[in-house]
Amino acid sequence: MSNTLHKGRRDFLKKLSLSGGGLMLGFSWFDSNAAAMPFIMTNPEIDIAGFNSYLSIAADGVVTIASPNPELGQNIKTSFAMIVAEELDADWNKVNVVQAPLDPKRFERQVTGGSGAIPHSWKRLRTAGATARTLLISAAAAKWNVPADQCTAENGSVIHKASGKKAGYGELASAASKLAVPADVKLKDPKDFKIIGKPIKNVENKNIVTGKGMFGIDFYREGMMYATIQRPPAFGTKLVSYDGAAAKGMPGITDVVSFGNNVAVVGRSTWEVLKAKKTLKIKYEKEGEGLESSSDHDRFFSTLMNSSDAKPRRKEGDVDAAFRDAAKIVKAEYECPFVPHNTLEPMNFFAHVREDGIELVGPTQTPGSARKAVSDLLKVPEEKITVDITRLGGGFGRRLKTDFAVEAAELSSLIKKPVQVIWTREDDMGGGSYRPAARYRFEAALDTAGNITGYKCRGVGMNMENSLRQDNFPAGAIDNILLDTVEHKSPITVGAWRAPTTNFLAFAEQSFLDEVAIAAKKDPVQLRLELLQKAKTKPAGPVRYDIARMEGVIKEVAEKAGWGKKKGVSQGFSVYFSHASYVAQVCDVVMKNGKPEVQKIYAVSDCGMVINETGASQQVMGAIVDGYGTAMYGKLSFKDGEPEQKNFDRYQLIRMKEIPEIEASFVKNTIDPTGLGEPALPPTGGAVANAIFKATGKRIRKQPFIDEASFLKS
Amino acid sequence: MPVFTLHVNGKEFKADVAEDTPLLWVLRDNLHLVGTKFGCGVGQCGACTVHLNGNPLRSCLMPVSALEDGKITTIEGLSKNGDHPVQRAWEEVDVPQCGYCQAGQIMTAAAFLKETPKPTMDQIEQAMHGNLCRCGAYHRIREAVKLASTKTK
Repeated sequence: MSNTLHKGRRDFLKKLSLSGGGLMLGFSWFDSNAAAMPFIMTNPEIDIAGFNSYLSIAADGVVTIASPNPELGQNIKTSFAMIVAEELDADWNKVNVVQAPLDPKRFERQVTGGSGAIPHSWKRLRTAGATARTLLISAAAAKWNVPADQCTAENGSVIHKASGKKAGYGELASAASKLAVPADVKLKDPKDFKIIGKPIKNVENKNIVTGKGMFGIDFYREGMMYATIQRPPAFGTKLVSYDGAAAKGMPGITDVVSFGNNVAVVGRSTWEVLKAKKTLKIKYEKEGEGLESSSDHDRFFSTLMNSSDAKPRRKEGDVDAAFRDAAKIVKAEYECPFVPHNTLEPMNFFAHVREDGIELVGPTQTPGSARKAVSDLLKVPEEKITVDITRLGGGFGRRLKTDFAVEAAELSSLIKKPVQVIWTREDDMGGGSYRPAARYRFEAALDTAGNITGYKCRGVGMNMENSLRQDNFPAGAIDNILLDTVEHKSPITVGAWRAPTTNFLAFAEQSFLDEVAIAAKKDPVQLRLELLQKAKTKPAGPVRYDIARMEGVIKEVAEKAGWGKKKGVSQGFSVYFSHASYVAQVCDVVMKNGKPEVQKIYAVSDCGMVINETGASQQVMGAIVDGYGTAMYGKLSFKDGEPEQKNFDRYQLIRMKEIPEIEASFVKNTIDPTGLGEPALPPTGGAVANAIFKATGKRIRKQPFIDEASFLKS
Repeated sequence: MPVFTLHVNGKEFKADVAEDTPLLWVLRDNLHLVGTKFGCGVGQCGACTVHLNGNPLRSCLMPVSALEDGKITTIEGLSKNGDHPVQRAWEEVDVPQCGYCQAGQIMTAAAFLKETPKPTMDQIEQAMHGNLCRCGAYHRIREAVKLASTKTK
């Protein structure tokens, strides 16, 4: 085994020396050039010129760009580098991208969540690239003794057209990096973009297809221990006592220790600790209110639907009068279950608590919060804790939490050894922080012309203080509106799950608007456009979505999908605004042998400028597959506080044969870009349910769909 | 504990492990071949797929003691320079998102294409159905398998 490692390190150093230098590596732990890069700094001995937090240029012209945010498949490592390289006018073939460790001195918001990285970093990254480009041009101008404004940058070189002089960035970098940084640099006009907007391949493709270790679970350190933790199997229980004697006596096991409600088994290999864990004898007892089953949740929802404790989130006009005077009232309830995140790489983290500080390495969406939580728990100042961010095998919000990092650190502090804690799939699926279950009741009052005169929604969620988005469409378009929420406090832990709240609220709301359109005898697309017209001309209260952009995606998807023009195809429509992007979808359903078949989903997204054509389409298609699969199959049910599904044999994740065709396109504009990790997911469930209704007359108001409609089972 | 001799990627390795240790963990913990991934441990996700004598195998369910003289190929040994037609197709179609499942997908696809060099889309879907991709990159995976079938070594 040490041979593999030594070889890896040699290869790594060789690669670096080939690319022009050594970049002051603290260590290298992966057998690939995806290794952590503690600093990008100037190093004259090996001809590396550092420009700013994001980039340095070596003497051979290789540009190294640091990507500060955790990469979990949203392709940020590629998009960030594209933005810097664009303004730098770099030669993309000479760009090397590295994951930066947590470093608040160099970077702000090293978080992956809320589809927020691109909008946050857009200007910062462009400025970083443009600043270096300006300095390189100045260095060239000084060298040639010509005015800087006569020089241009192109594809990794500075050119002086009049004299025909040309110099590569590599030869200019050292001088350029010593110049004073200009206060104000000119950013490019988007029409001049050469990299942004193009289909650029994932910078990690080679490492991924050849199986290079790059994920948290792949991390290895000589002398590192492996650990597994037994956590309480049921929510609402706590550990009373345990007997770890049998485990302790098993081969390879070094420690069995307990902290909080956990019992950890530590040893020299994963299999040995997993085997030993099975021999633990642990007593748990009920804590607090009791152990909840899914049937209890059903009861809680029904009670809270009629609770007088609900908190109003938005109130406009006279709702009671609108319903009293209504020509017609439409009313329906929608419901969604708990679902786990199911990142394919289960939770894991490495921690080494030493006398002089703490080293943390692993897959986290929030390295800063992980460090803070460890610092608080172990009373070690944050500046003595380093966090290296590995690639994440999926996140979906689960890795916004810090529990898995904190427990690794706590365990390392107890056993006084470097340790990697690995969660099994059962640990992961049973371990909490789920998308909360929720139920919604919608009511709409219609006048004789089919206009919505009143609108109510009550949201009831599990540990969800606010299960609504009170400023989102159709709020602003209806004069009399009441939106209120009430929660049930459950011992089952919940958390952000890709497009929090809207991932199921959108399904409920967009399905309900479909019901309203049918009751009002209006075309569902037309109904939305009428509402938007109303919000534009006579808004009812604040409108926090861009009406024109929402109209834009609606009209474009209707056209692309041939809305209402296809024979033998039943179509469902949905549109949603979330995370600052707008996505409209149309789902085509065709009846085959008496069963509805979801054939295709059209999606039109407005996320401002598209950074990476391929990356953007991957995000939208992946989000639709996730939204579709979860709506169709996703359910985590409970019996006495314990999840009834703990692995993929009982929890159904969508597979290849079940995917519909997807056509993803984007509105072309030059608005500053917004993120795409989430926004295409919320509209999908509604578009599909609405199309199924059109095809079969069966209205599905509850997820997962297969539990509601037997004709969907294969 | 017994010492097992493993034939992995054309090399011989010794592993001093319990006989029920799944091949997956020997590859990862003992040989440090971490391209083969742990996803579920029950043969449901396909992330741990390797080849045993050229056939796809869920390494999480295969005890090391049952391998005998079987020849194992992992993602690290699929090709010398990462240029197996399936790997090239994966890069060309730009398949990976988070990338965690991809080694298992590629190993499944490579074994399948050896048996079925000119597959239909239906055959591809059938063959790849056992591999989960949580990012939902299925459209590109399917396209890449098809593309790989048009490439020669």
